[in-house]
Amino acid sequence: MVYLTRLEHFNAAHKLYNPAWDKERNEAVFGICANENWHGHNYDLYVTIRGEVNEDTGFLFDVKKLSGLIKEHVTEKLDHKNLNLDVDFMQGKICSTENLAKGIWQQLQPQLPADVQLHCIKLYETARIYVEYFGE
Amino acid sequence: MPRIAVFRKEHFNAAHRLNNPAWDAAHNAAIFGKCNRPNYHGHNYDLVVKVTGEPDPATGFVIDLKVLSDLIQEKVLNRFDHKNLNLDTVEFKNLNPTAENIALTIHGLLRPHIGAQYDLKVRLYETERNFVEYPAE
Repeated sequence: MVYLTRLEHFNAAHKLYNPAWDKERNEAVFGICANENWHGHNYDLYVTIRGEVNEDTGFLFDVKKLSGLIKEHVTEKLDHKNLNLDVDFMQGKICSTENLAKGIWQQLQPQLPADVQLHCIKLYETARIYVEYFGE
Repeated sequence: MPRIAVFRKEHFNAAHRLNNPAWDAAHNAAIFGKCNRPNYHGHNYDLVVKVTGEPDPATGFVIDLKVLSDLIQEKVLNRFDHKNLNLDTVEFKNLNPTAENIALTIHGLLRPHIGAQYDLKVRLYETERNFVEYPAE
């Protein structure tokens, strides 16, 4: 079993906001992240897959193909977008890093061949804040 | 006394879009591409402020970096952090918030509060690979 990781990045606007709460409660819980006019981040995305090495190619999975899948199903939907307003798979969800990592997993997992398993979505919101999601 | 440069790194996170209101939507999209998208996008901006001068013989400091840090916090980060540069700031109401213009603006916000005997330079990273510096020389 080997693990392979591809690093991608995207820049996006968002806010943390629960529409079931009023403005005061959102500000109390989410602080400056609830700013109604949005703020933004440079996100770094680490996608880790695992599986056995193919004897003919020496690859677990062609990284160029993995990169293409991430681009098509994830970063093209997120890059230079507003996560709350523009992203179909985040509709109705709070755009926290946790939920975004889970959403990215759900986008990618069905795209991988049967012999390649998605192992981890590691998503950096800033250099000092990141989440990991292992599909559990 | 020899002149020495001291640096303070700070960062802020903000949303913005690039748009020239004198142009129509098609021309803005052609020039600014995905940076023009109407619902904004955002960045983690990294800011490096460089102050050059002669160390004070009494303290050994060119400038107290805690004082510089507090000044950047008050004049820059309190204005721009977790804000929409286009909508939430007076500085970019009528100025396109490119990295160039943000660096110029930050320099202008800090310069009056740093003694004339010091040189001031601002380097602003919009991403790891896109950054600007003012003044250029």
